[in-house]
Amino acid sequence: MTDHKTSKEQKYDRQLRLWGDHGQEALENAHVCLINATATGTEILKNLVLPGIGAFTIVDGHKVHWPANHCLVFNRAQAATELLQELNSDVSGNFVEESPDKLLDNDPEFFHRFSLVIGVQLPESTCLRLGSVLWDAGVTFLVCRTYGLIGYMRLIVKEHTVIESHPDNALEDLRLDQPFTELKHHIESYDLDSMAKKDHSHTPWIIVVAKYLEKWYSEHNSQLPKNYKEKEAFRQLIREGILTNENGKPEDEENFEEAIKNVNTALNPTKVPSATEDIFNAEQCENITSQSPSFWVMAQGVRDFVRNEGNGKLPVRGTIPDMIADSDKFIKLQNVYRDKAMKDAAVVSKHVEALLQSVGKPPESISEQKIKLFCKNAAFLRVVHCRSLAEEYSMDTFNKDEITSCMDSTDSEMVLYLMLHSVDRFYQQHSRYPGVYNYQVEEDINNLKLCVNSLLQEYSLNVNVKDDYIHEFCRYGAAEPHTVAAFLGGSAAQEAIKIITHQFVPFNNTFLYNAMSQTSATFQL
Amino acid sequence: MAEGEEPMVVDGGNGDRSDWQGRWDHVNKFLERAGPFTHPDFEPSTEALSGFRHIHVVDMDTIDISNLNRQFLFRPKDVGRPKAEVAADFVNDRVLGCNVVPHFKKIQDLDETFYKQFHIVVCGLDSVVARRWMNGMLLSLLIYEDGVLDPSSIIPLIDGGTEGFKGNARVILPGMTACIDCTLELYPPQINFPMCTIASMPRLPEHCVEYVRMLLWPKEKPFGDGVALDGDNPKHIQWVYQKSLDRAAEFSITGVTYRLTQGVVKRIIPAVASTNAVIAAACATEVFKIATSAYVPLNNYLVFNDVDGLYTYTFEAERKENCSACSQMPQDLQFLPSAKLQEVLDYLTENASLQMKSPAITTTLDGKNKTLYLQTVASIEERTRPNLSKTLKELGLVDGQELAVADVTTPQTVLFKLNFIS
Repeated sequence: MTDHKTSKEQKYDRQLRLWGDHGQEALENAHVCLINATATGTEILKNLVLPGIGAFTIVDGHKVHWPANHCLVFNRAQAATELLQELNSDVSGNFVEESPDKLLDNDPEFFHRFSLVIGVQLPESTCLRLGSVLWDAGVTFLVCRTYGLIGYMRLIVKEHTVIESHPDNALEDLRLDQPFTELKHHIESYDLDSMAKKDHSHTPWIIVVAKYLEKWYSEHNSQLPKNYKEKEAFRQLIREGILTNENGKPEDEENFEEAIKNVNTALNPTKVPSATEDIFNAEQCENITSQSPSFWVMAQGVRDFVRNEGNGKLPVRGTIPDMIADSDKFIKLQNVYRDKAMKDAAVVSKHVEALLQSVGKPPESISEQKIKLFCKNAAFLRVVHCRSLAEEYSMDTFNKDEITSCMDSTDSEMVLYLMLHSVDRFYQQHSRYPGVYNYQVEEDINNLKLCVNSLLQEYSLNVNVKDDYIHEFCRYGAAEPHTVAAFLGGSAAQEAIKIITHQFVPFNNTFLYNAMSQTSATFQL
Repeated sequence: MAEGEEPMVVDGGNGDRSDWQGRWDHVNKFLERAGPFTHPDFEPSTEALSGFRHIHVVDMDTIDISNLNRQFLFRPKDVGRPKAEVAADFVNDRVLGCNVVPHFKKIQDLDETFYKQFHIVVCGLDSVVARRWMNGMLLSLLIYEDGVLDPSSIIPLIDGGTEGFKGNARVILPGMTACIDCTLELYPPQINFPMCTIASMPRLPEHCVEYVRMLLWPKEKPFGDGVALDGDNPKHIQWVYQKSLDRAAEFSITGVTYRLTQGVVKRIIPAVASTNAVIAAACATEVFKIATSAYVPLNNYLVFNDVDGLYTYTFEAERKENCSACSQMPQDLQFLPSAKLQEVLDYLTENASLQMKSPAITTTLDGKNKTLYLQTVASIEERTRPNLSKTLKELGLVDGQELAVADVTTPQTVLFKLNFIS
């Protein structure tokens, strides 16, 4: 019981309420590498330094010139590190005054030490080189770029597992369609017909629905209400159970109103969600070795539970929503679910322990707490695979279908993706980006168009890229306006935090932002 | 980026206040060059760009340590100082040529002579009430000549808000596009637990904290008579926390923690740097578009959510035909003459399109101004309270009576017309 929270707890209070102390710990143990401290790069880092990332290292070989009269030259990496460090003394800032290409030449293993590498405003060749090194080393790579009024992000990670995805609108796990033994007994302990009004009006709606379901079963061959008509009839059945006063008028029973309102979702059949089913069927779940990450070990543990003790159902989640009820009835009902959840988690623990032993690992190597968390989130587990850049670019494996179908609408954000690839081609040919100087704009439009056409031809893409976009991308002159850099800075930093904390779900795998229309899209390329 | 680009420059803060070559390169390209997506009225020009130099910032708050995880203009040494002043100092120091003027005040402390000097107003307010007030202020500055709106009296309002990983940004052209009140239903109502739950039937740890805050504190006055519960005072929170634990133990409720207690007392909304950066950036982009006329501004509402991937939704919020703030249409009230004034008050506060907080109702009777009910001044509340249980007929009101309603949600009184139904 803390009297005075540490100043760190106070400082981070607002974010601890989102990712918890364990999420913060993960953040504080992370070391992130940023390549290129441009406006975009520094905006991203700012949004990682403020919440307390453990450490960052800026890799940047660019020099900065002091204004006008002075001849002082210093390195951008150092300047950025110092200014960013100011934002949070808890964070350890480092810099390497070197271009990423040189590092890849001389010391490619340099990048292996990082939790995440963020590459900003990288030329295509550097991007692909780095992408290959990081893919082989199993280091997550986030590519970001601001190009005029366009923002682009690409996430590359072989496999990213998420236990705590924190879904916005999760359905409750009430088991009304198949009540477990303890729940059945608890429901039996109620006799609605003999209750005094006060108790009747403060009985949790879960009990009310369960009781009327029994009535329904007896009249409908033990079948759940299935369609709208039947659900309406079921709601009416409950409505008829509302107490009436001496004049025959229905009393005000909010709990019954709640029951009626919840009929739609409360009777959903309990089943394993498809995303979780996919996880159970994954190769990593089937073949557990001593190298398997704990996520997959626990996944097989839960899978075994589902196939045995669970009778095709996940471990009970153990939470119920708040509802009109007196304290005693609510707490008792809540405890029925909680106790069952604990019981189920204990069984899963046994499976996990046996599994660990079978691959020669100590049974305590995955904590009870972690297993409980896994069980509680069993319906929300997610695994994200973001393809490598090599796969995205290769003639054999590039996502032709996605690109072509998106381009059916010529103003789809997909055209921005094609334009970015086109300016990369331009850069390859001319060693500069189009339209940087005013006098270049006119001529570069034609040159850029040639690049667009050669790109489309090479990949046999039968799509139409409007001239307007070619003109606009020349007009941008590879500018990096701050407001677009800042939008990307916030977006990228949050994706980085998702990767580091393994909470919430990262995008998969290409994000495009259009500041002109304030629209965005995500493509899996 | 390519070798041979203009060198990027950083000012080392050594006091050299001259502008430098290349400073505005990244922005100039948008202003000097014509383009296919620019605003139809846009004309490229090569006039020297000077950036946004004249900025006024209004903020009634002082800096708290919990701000530091995202409010990047502030440092630990600034805790306790007014936000407006520290922000102004920081920007003026760091950005050459910029002149930020701070106002350590509530937005409501400034009047139309202040607000009408601006070309654009940008808001990052923390309540719907404040937004509605600002909305109302800019609407009150509109000039209509023969029923036609004078466009030069329009001051665009760019509004941004965030909550955790969700945010929104919108552009409001007062008198032309949907205003805050037009879309009041978009804002979810604040959740308040029913009193009977708090008083006698707690089920959640939050109920226990609310019990201590609303019932126990006024009764026990732990820090003295008339000392209100201060969510920022750790001693106060500690007391509430302990008492909440006791309450919870009584009902076998688990889950009361210090963090939860403070969250309930202060109605804390979780916040991070990233979401705020995204929404602030979107708003700044719109300010740029409007100030330069370079592009068509957002029309007119952007929603952002990055819980699962990144999701944005852009749509045009529609004006409400009879909006009480911007439609200039008389607002009708339909009641039986036998209805009590309380019913009118309830309607004003509960109606989804009005959602007033503590409306004060006045009218003209026998040529004299009469206050029917006013809550915000204790003595007047006491005097006018009996009116609430009187019928509209008893109060002398007639069919077609005009009622003037003042409320914290609007800087101008709203006129209602009373229609008696039979």
